[in-house]
Amino acid sequence: MATFKDFRNKVKPNWCPGCGDFSVLAAMQRAFANVGLEPHDVAIVSGIGCSGRISGYVNAYGFHGVHGRALPIAQGLKLANRGLTVIAAGGDGDGFAIGMAHTIHAIRRNVDITYIVMDNQVYGLTKGQTSPRSEMGFKTKSTPHGSIEAAINPMEMALTVGAGFVAQSVSSDLKQLTHVIEEGIKHKGFSLINVYSPCVTYNKINTYDWFKEHLVNLDDDPNYDPADRSMAMQKLMENNGLVTGIIYQNKERKPYEDMIKGFKETPLSKQDIMLTREQFDKLVAEFA
Amino acid sequence: MIKQLSWKVGGQQGEGIDSAGEILATALNRKGYYLYGYRHFSSRIKGGHSNTKIRISTSPVRSISDELDILVAFDQETIDLNAFELIEGGIILADAKFNPAVPEGISARLLAVPFTKIAEEVGMAQMKNMVAVGASAALLGISVDAFQEVIEERFARKGQKIVDKNMEAISRGVEFVISEVGDISNFKLEPSDGKKRLYMIGNDAIALGAVAAGARLMAAYPITPSSEIMEYLIKRLPEFGGTVVQTEDEIAAITMVIGANYGGVRALTASAGPGLSLMTEAIGLAGMTETPAVIVNTQRGGPSTGLPTKQEQSDLLAMLYSTHGEIPKIVIAPSTAEECFYDTIQAFNLAEQYQCPVIILSDLALSLGKQTVEPLDYDRIKIDRGKLVLDDEELPELENSELFPRYEFTPDGISRRVLPGKKNGLHHVTGVEHDQTGRPSENPVNRKKMMDKRLSKLANGIQFEEPVFLDAKHEEADLLIVGFCSTRGTIHEAMERLEAEGMKVNHAHVRQVLPFPTDIMAEQMKKAKKVIVVENNATGQLTNLIKMHVGMAEKLVHIGKYDGNPFLPSEIYKQCKELFVHGHI
Ligand SMILES: Cc1ncc(C[n+]2csc(CCOP(=O)(O)OP(=O)(O)O)c2C)c(N)n1
Ligand code: SF4
Ligand SMILES: [Mg+2]
Repeated sequence: MATFKDFRNKVKPNWCPGCGDFSVLAAMQRAFANVGLEPHDVAIVSGIGCSGRISGYVNAYGFHGVHGRALPIAQGLKLANRGLTVIAAGGDGDGFAIGMAHTIHAIRRNVDITYIVMDNQVYGLTKGQTSPRSEMGFKTKSTPHGSIEAAINPMEMALTVGAGFVAQSVSSDLKQLTHVIEEGIKHKGFSLINVYSPCVTYNKINTYDWFKEHLVNLDDDPNYDPADRSMAMQKLMENNGLVTGIIYQNKERKPYEDMIKGFKETPLSKQDIMLTREQFDKLVAEFA
Repeated sequence: MIKQLSWKVGGQQGEGIDSAGEILATALNRKGYYLYGYRHFSSRIKGGHSNTKIRISTSPVRSISDELDILVAFDQETIDLNAFELIEGGIILADAKFNPAVPEGISARLLAVPFTKIAEEVGMAQMKNMVAVGASAALLGISVDAFQEVIEERFARKGQKIVDKNMEAISRGVEFVISEVGDISNFKLEPSDGKKRLYMIGNDAIALGAVAAGARLMAAYPITPSSEIMEYLIKRLPEFGGTVVQTEDEIAAITMVIGANYGGVRALTASAGPGLSLMTEAIGLAGMTETPAVIVNTQRGGPSTGLPTKQEQSDLLAMLYSTHGEIPKIVIAPSTAEECFYDTIQAFNLAEQYQCPVIILSDLALSLGKQTVEPLDYDRIKIDRGKLVLDDEELPELENSELFPRYEFTPDGISRRVLPGKKNGLHHVTGVEHDQTGRPSENPVNRKKMMDKRLSKLANGIQFEEPVFLDAKHEEADLLIVGFCSTRGTIHEAMERLEAEGMKVNHAHVRQVLPFPTDIMAEQMKKAKKVIVVENNATGQLTNLIKMHVGMAEKLVHIGKYDGNPFLPSEIYKQCKELFVHGHI
């Protein structure tokens, strides 16, 4: 059985020392091993950004696509081969700016993949512009007088569009982070995991210390029930989204693959594709 | 008795015009006549003038004609808008209900038939279109029995009573016309050869081709005139374990297709110009990552939303060049519904053989024009997955977190492709420049080698069956007419007329646009005094492409049309003739 070390490769990440994405990488590798996966069972589809490089740092199949489109690529892959564990990963710009439409529709569609957003509330790769996750007033190169747009709250958004698995964690809590990724993988259907993953270079506000001070850990609340959607919404609103843990999980909803008429357990990619003469004749008859 | 004629039915959209055309055509197809049907419609669902024109012949036809013999009108607007097309001695079958009148200067004969009244007597006013079918059949000399089977198939779900009523409506239409004009119509068709053939639109043929090619996933966003491909596959793919995903936009559609192909499923998307514009970045991703992908573009009037329900061929250069950077890409352009079928199968093979995106370029007239197709040949369905590592093939152990050389340099530039999930096949895929295992690399030596590798895949030509369709019997020709996509049949008819007047005319229809078949075109162009390029666009895109690849600019003449309508044979004929008469040839 594979251990987390089997998911390591020899590539040295080009992230800044201290970047939150290192922990996300480590948590992913642990989670894969903990749920019993082998490297060739896993495919990571990532977007473009500092975070998007993550698919190249895991010893597994990796697809590093174009900015904002990790989700449709990942869904296409999962529909092609439902035997794979498919992870989509990227930044907050990738998922909540350029790729926001895909995020919302992937949630609605509910294909069984796990989406991990490395949310640093800024654009790292392009050297520090504002992101849809930047707080009002956040000063960046592109907002020298502070952002004048409201930040999106991805967890509330996910709940309103019908997400079946919504979790949040932070890079400094490797244990919880690993746990929510494991649960996300095990969840049947689409899972959204937003990770506060500090950018130590371009975000001097939302730092490790800042999160230590502001985050509320739902795991510490014995009365919190992740099956209760209105409780989830209330908690998020009370804390301005700054909570960690599994926020909501609906175990009843079936994944997309299970609802497609005639869709088989055998992965599509392994099925025979040549029509028989009888099948072909039958198809052609419609046009006679 | 006559060998061919044109029949048109028109009225407000949603009045049963389509099904009148459909039923008449299906019955005639089963009797062995050749047909070509073209629908004129607007971008709304109910209301607005709409018509369907059907060419009926005892020999192959692949174009609308200039003239019209029989016009069936459900309203006066139909007569006012279309009567000018009628030949002398043509006939208008119009619903007596609206007191039809023939516009001044039109010599056609008007026969007011109580379509609505008869239909009401039979039981339902909607069946006025069936009365019209019957009235038309009487003129064509087609007996009522020819419709029995078609009507049964169409209305069986609704019960025998409805079938009988529709048949009765048809019979009453026939009876009325015979009692009015007697059994002496000038439009009686000569007997057909009675052979079994198919009658399909290009989009049906593309969709059927995709199923035959083993495509099992489609991701698409609806758009005219491509949606029929999606609709067909929604109906049929589940029978073969596959599915269609209606995505949030075309970017999602193409990237989902890339993901699915990466995962090992033959997948496609289909759209028109606006969708293709959105897909361009991702098509570059497919090129860069050497991921197969099949994309159908059913061209319509551009730019922007343009003329969404009208014919145009103005996406040609965009299909060749719209992605940033330089990638290997194949663009093929079927010109008949039959080719739509076989080319689609080839497209999936090419995409896997050369590991690159393949665009099937169609146009509205080809995608929606309905035409007779010779029986499709099961034995011509071949599936070739190129250098795909198969499921049962074992790969050597990867040690020390090495990777599989997915982008290995090879003599033909094509590397072995392994699917995710495969043991010992681990590799990385990225749109960033990469090394042979797929790892990002900015090394200049590697960069140049990788660019050369990708581009070399297509540099020596591709295995496509018919890069140029040729009907070129003259070693020395006055004219070579060149076209692409749906103009095939129209050019053919213009050519027949010119030849009948003593001109020597060759015809070359470009079917493989990228890589451009320079040698074949050069050879044909050398044989001709002038080369006329017929295309539904304003700027002469194919003309310029030929100029760029072949040269001989002094011989090239561009005939463009971009008013939204397909060329008529006479338009091509006249412009060629003019060149001839004015001594340009
Ligand atoms: C279509 C397109 N537009 C713009 C870019 C440039 N770009 C690359 S990454 C990025 C934003 C990165 O921010 P985020 O997604 O938050 O990732 P991070 O670097 O913060 O991890 C941008 C704008 C691009 N690659 N492609
Ligand atoms: S710029 Fe920020 S997000 Fe990018 S690697 Fe550095 S710390 Fe991480
Ligand atoms: Mg970011």
